[in-house]
Amino acid sequence: MNIIPEAEAKIRIAKRIARKFSESSKKIIINLGVGIPTMVADYIEGGNVCVQAENGMLGVGPVAPEGMADRQLINAGRQPVTETRGCCYFDSSISFGMIRGGHIDATVIGAFEVSKTGDIANWVIPNGKQLGVGGAMDLVSGAKEVIVAMTHTTKDGKPKLVKNCSLPVTGIGEADMVVTELAVFCFEDGEMVLKEIAPEASLDLIRSLTEAEFKVDANLKTMEV
Amino acid sequence: MEASKNMIGNGKIRSVDEAILLIKDGSRIMVGGFGLAGNPDCLIDALTKSSVRDLTIISNDLGAPNTGLGKLLTNGQVKSLIGNYYNWNPEVAKAYNEGVIDVKLLPQGTFVEAIRAAGVGIPAFYTPASVGTELSKNKEIRSFNGRDYVLEEAVHADVALIKAYKADALGNLIYYKTARNFNPVMAMAADLVIAEVDEIVAPGDLDPECIITPHLFVDVIVKGGK
Repeated sequence: MNIIPEAEAKIRIAKRIARKFSESSKKIIINLGVGIPTMVADYIEGGNVCVQAENGMLGVGPVAPEGMADRQLINAGRQPVTETRGCCYFDSSISFGMIRGGHIDATVIGAFEVSKTGDIANWVIPNGKQLGVGGAMDLVSGAKEVIVAMTHTTKDGKPKLVKNCSLPVTGIGEADMVVTELAVFCFEDGEMVLKEIAPEASLDLIRSLTEAEFKVDANLKTMEV
Repeated sequence: MEASKNMIGNGKIRSVDEAILLIKDGSRIMVGGFGLAGNPDCLIDALTKSSVRDLTIISNDLGAPNTGLGKLLTNGQVKSLIGNYYNWNPEVAKAYNEGVIDVKLLPQGTFVEAIRAAGVGIPAFYTPASVGTELSKNKEIRSFNGRDYVLEEAVHADVALIKAYKADALGNLIYYKTARNFNPVMAMAADLVIAEVDEIVAPGDLDPECIITPHLFVDVIVKGGK
C-alpha cells in the first residue's frame, strides 16, 4: 500500500524538481526523460530554463494542443510539441555531443532502482519483452547533474532505493539526487544523504521503506508540497 | 556497391522503384527516422513490397508491428538489426527470443556516433556511455584521466535510405524540424545514399548558408508523396 496515491505522488515529485530549476538564478539547459520527468516541464516557472530533447531540439515548448500537432515535431517521448522563441534543431550526433560533452546542466530520468552508491537501473526489466536502451546511458554519463524522479516504492510497496541494484544497470554511481513523493536524497562523496522529508512521513517510515543505508543531513528539512 | 553507383548514370533523380532496384539481398541498410518522424516512408514502403531479403537494418527503432520498418520484419526480410530502441515494436523482442533475427543494441549516443565515425573515416572511438553495464560486456575498457571509457567500432552500411525536406537537383539537402534526427549522419556513412524528399528545386534555389547535407554525400534523389 502506498501512503500517497500514485497520481498525486507523481505530481508532487515533478513539482519538487521543477522548483529546483525555477529557483536557478542563471540560464540552465535540461533534458527530461519520459514519464514523471516529462511532467516537470509543466511546473517550471521563470525564464531561465531551456529544455533539450535528444532527438534534436533545443528550446522545446509545451506539448502541442489538440489539432495543432505536427508529427515531424516531437520530443524524445514521441509527443508532438511546440517551438519556443529562439529554438533550434540539429542532428542526433550534435545532440549527443551536447549530452556527452557536458553541455547539459541536468537530466531528469525515471528509474526502477537506485543503489546506495548512486547506481541507476532504468532501462530494462529482463522479462524477454523489452529490447531497447534509448539515450539513458549517454545521459547519465554525460549530464552535469543526474536527478532521478521515481516513486519511493514499487506498486507492491517494495523499496526502490536498494543496497545493490538487482536489475541491469544504466550507469555506475551516476545519480546526484533522488526525489520521491516521501523524500529528497542527494549523493555526497558517494554516500546517500536524506535532505528532505515529506510532511506526512516520519524518519522511521522512510527507514522502513528504504533498503539502502543513508545518512540524515544535520539540516533535515520538511519537503514543501 | 561501386557497380550500383555506375548504374545511376547522369543526374541523381530517380523514381522510388528505380532506386529500390539498386538494393541487393543481404545488404546492410541504414534508415533514418526517430519514432514516426523523419522516416523515408515511400522508400520503406517500396522496400517492403520488393523481394529483397536477408537484410541488416541499422536504425534507431523498427516502427511498430507491421507498420513502417516493422513491415520488413513481419515479411521475413530481416536477418539482423543494429539499433537502439525496439520497445515500440514488441515483434522485435519476440523474433530475437525465437532466434529468428540477431539484434545488436547500442546506447543512442553511441549508435549515432558509430555512424558518424564511419562517415568521417574514424574506425573506432571511446565513450563513457555503457561503462559497467551489460552493453559494454566483451568490449575494451580504457582509462583516460582517471575515468573509464568503452571502445566502440564505427558502423558503416551498403545503403542509406534517408528523408529530407528539400533537395536541389545536385543533391544538397535541407531538413524539417525534428525530422532531421539521424538522417544527415547516415547520409555520410553508406556507399549508396538514397534521399527521399518532399520537393526538388533547381541548384541555387536553396540558401547555401542553410544547406545541412552537402550534395557529394547524396547519390540518388527520389520525390516522395506528401
